[in-house]
Amino acid sequence: MLVDAEGYGERPGDGTGDHVRLLIPSEAGAVRQALQEACATWLLRSLTDDARGTAEIVIAEALNNIVEHAYASHAGEIELSLKRSGGKLSVLITDRGHPMPGGNLPEGRLPAADPENLPEGGFGWFLIRTLSQDLRYCRADGRNHLFFRLDADQDLRQSA
Amino acid sequence: MDLQTSARDDMLIVSAMEDRIDAAGAIQFKDRMRELVQVATQRVVLDLSRVQFLDSSGLGAVVAVMKLMGPGRKLELAGLTPTVQKVFRLTRMDSVFTIHAGVPEGLRDAG
Repeated sequence: MLVDAEGYGERPGDGTGDHVRLLIPSEAGAVRQALQEACATWLLRSLTDDARGTAEIVIAEALNNIVEHAYASHAGEIELSLKRSGGKLSVLITDRGHPMPGGNLPEGRLPAADPENLPEGGFGWFLIRTLSQDLRYCRADGRNHLFFRLDADQDLRQSA
Repeated sequence: MDLQTSARDDMLIVSAMEDRIDAAGAIQFKDRMRELVQVATQRVVLDLSRVQFLDSSGLGAVVAVMKLMGPGRKLELAGLTPTVQKVFRLTRMDSVFTIHAGVPEGLRDAG
């Protein structure tokens, strides 16, 4: 559910402080809907196609992890905040689910592509770590806080 | 998960008609594919040209489909859009699948 969206709509706002905030129930279908809503905002449409694709991947992986792990034993709400400043998109995701085991983010190593036993999972944190910058996690006030930045102007032709 | 099939010779083409294969649809995709790949064709080509977004759950489901086809049969992919291609490239799963730029002309409407 979109609760606050200066960056929402057909046109940019006053150009400064554009941000989007969404409250998302801890359920895969709600995550899909939130991603579609976020991608339709002016804020994310101001990114290059490549940067928006990257943003959708990283945010999806982060939200799905929260649904599957932090809220594995009870339902709850996830708050997604997006803000653009200059060439960067800042993303803050908070939830009231279980803390990260050991208080740290998973290493996110790429699972080996053993042809005899191909991996079907374990790609999520690898993708988050590979595609994001300034990735930080903390547990405070009974909530998980995950923060990262993404390039807003990334171009496939340059990043290939 | 809407998947449409056409067959030609020893090839089954499965076209994903939805624009995402994500955590909300991955299990459904896998279950539906499990039924479709029961046919005894050697090659199965999955046409992803309409799929704009695939997350790691979707990727895992595609890998799972190839595994359940069993040894000696191949799942090939066609028409990867930029974001989908990025997920396959970064995870190096692009080296595991045969990937075609597009569904070959004449095959798309065959069957």
